[in-house]
Amino acid sequence: MEVRVQNIRKEFSRFPALNDVSLDIRSGELIALLGPSGSGKTTLLRLIAGLESPTEGTVYFGNEDASRKTVQERNIGFVFQHYALFRHMTVLDNVSFGLTIRPASRRPSKADIRKRALELLDLVQLSGLEKRYPAQLSGGQRQRVALARAMAVEPNVLLLDEPFGALDAQVRKELRRWLREIHDRTGHTTVFVTHDQDEALELADRVVVMSKGQIEQIGTPDEIYDTPNSPFVFGFIGQSNILPVRVENGQLWLDDRSIGVSAPGEADGPAQLYFRPHDVELLDGCGGCIAGIVVQTRRVAGTRHVELDVGGANTTVEIELPPEKATSDRSRLAFRPTRWKLFRD
Amino acid sequence: MTARTASLWQIRQPSVIPGFGLALGVTLSWLTLIILIPLSGLVWRSSALGWATFWELATDQRTVNALRISFGTAFLAALINVFFGVVLAWVLVRYRFPGKRIIDAMVDLPFALPTAVAGIALTTLYAPNGWIGSLLTPLGIKIAFTPLGIVFALVFVGLPFVVRTVQPIMEEIDKEVEEAAATLGANRFQTIRRVLLPGLAPAVLTGFALAFARGVGEYGSVIFIAGNLPYVSEIAPLLIVIRLEEFNYPAATAIAAVMLVISFAMLLIINMIQAWSRRRYGYGA
Repeated sequence: MEVRVQNIRKEFSRFPALNDVSLDIRSGELIALLGPSGSGKTTLLRLIAGLESPTEGTVYFGNEDASRKTVQERNIGFVFQHYALFRHMTVLDNVSFGLTIRPASRRPSKADIRKRALELLDLVQLSGLEKRYPAQLSGGQRQRVALARAMAVEPNVLLLDEPFGALDAQVRKELRRWLREIHDRTGHTTVFVTHDQDEALELADRVVVMSKGQIEQIGTPDEIYDTPNSPFVFGFIGQSNILPVRVENGQLWLDDRSIGVSAPGEADGPAQLYFRPHDVELLDGCGGCIAGIVVQTRRVAGTRHVELDVGGANTTVEIELPPEKATSDRSRLAFRPTRWKLFRD
Repeated sequence: MTARTASLWQIRQPSVIPGFGLALGVTLSWLTLIILIPLSGLVWRSSALGWATFWELATDQRTVNALRISFGTAFLAALINVFFGVVLAWVLVRYRFPGKRIIDAMVDLPFALPTAVAGIALTTLYAPNGWIGSLLTPLGIKIAFTPLGIVFALVFVGLPFVVRTVQPIMEEIDKEVEEAAATLGANRFQTIRRVLLPGLAPAVLTGFALAFARGVGEYGSVIFIAGNLPYVSEIAPLLIVIRLEEFNYPAATAIAAVMLVISFAMLLIINMIQAWSRRRYGYGA
């Protein structure tokens, strides 16, 4: 089901948590809300769920105004970071819970509920564990039970709040891939909150980057990574270097030297140059380049990270080179960014 | 299963916490001194009676009635305390209101107050000419000097046990569990009945056991309000004292031994239910 969030504002005792946020979620989409803590991503998720009510604005499920409905009426599936399983119930009872509490008129028969719960447990690969109690499961298994429980009620939308946040790295990676598979198979409209950019970029159809109660950018993972539209997104997603430069006649200058990058159409004046460590080319001579002295080099997996002092006010940048490119400390290195973006204050 | 039985025999598990031997030694000596020696003295004295005499003394109608009243009223009072204790703990944990700290402190008063004072106060209130008693007498309800009065006194002394055992567990309930139930469509009533209360069961059971045990042993507050009519409102501890004052030591020992056996059996059963539910829900263990 499509979910539309329209001009939502949320204040917690006068402190604004969300400020005029609008978001269209297409049916069947897998969306990530990504941002640092305090950016309002969890608040937005809880507003969609109905666990919070907006100070202003509306949430639509399809064409229906859901903001007047209670959590119970919205028919959503919610997965919490710390699982929130009912620990006095078996795995099977946990998964069936949403169906067993329905009023008799809408409640499937006992046998059907059991069948459905077992199917879901099969889907989340926990067949055979239905008689266990949550305390007898590992973290990853618990989260899968939580997901099965949320899916049992055939929710309009599946909402996940940092679903892998409490798990260790290995399990996290596995579950990530597995969640994508489940989503592709079941086609639930899904929104998940994360502060882990790898998770968001790897998993989501579209990523919503949030900061300070506002949406900074909405786009596919490629768009978000390759064409960030604000200094915040550029800095938050992936690694980035920032250099204070000057624009003069469409050319970029660092201190008193041209760096060989032209920015046609840019107005003259100071600006911030953003570029990623791997979007650089090494140069032999330096007629228009950024030159620096190697301060430190680190080998990280398949690349060599080189930290350069590029002069001026002790500005350092980090670039990534192929590992065979050995450099010694204090040697000089010249390079030029191949992809970059200018932001002005 | 074999690993389990094996570990039962291996009492001392390798541990990084030192002093196991010393600590266990102190524990056992203390338990022996404070509990085991007096109780075994009791058992020894009653065994000296011989089975026939013991049985005769234990099945004496007055004794049986006193035991029935003691355990019956204690059980009823513990049940009442479970209900109101849980409500009270809920209010103290879940809501913020002026005077909450005072109410919180008041819960402990029955712990601190000499029980005789409580008994006298309750008697003054519920006696036919007391404030409340005078209102109830025209309606044909008698509280003081009946078993009902005993229940009232035991409710008073047992309340803090339930509140204080349930309260910390209730505080630990994750708000997310309730939210999870709500997102699955559960209304408030269903959430409380199906999600919250079952989670509290082990703590409630502990509170019940403590309040019950306290009620069985209570003496001070009860003797004032009970009226102490033999066969009707005479509790077993009082009967023991009466027998002692008659220098009828065998009868006193016999009653005490029966109380000991029943109490021990009931606490054992409650503990077993608890261990079972704890294992199930993954508390502790």
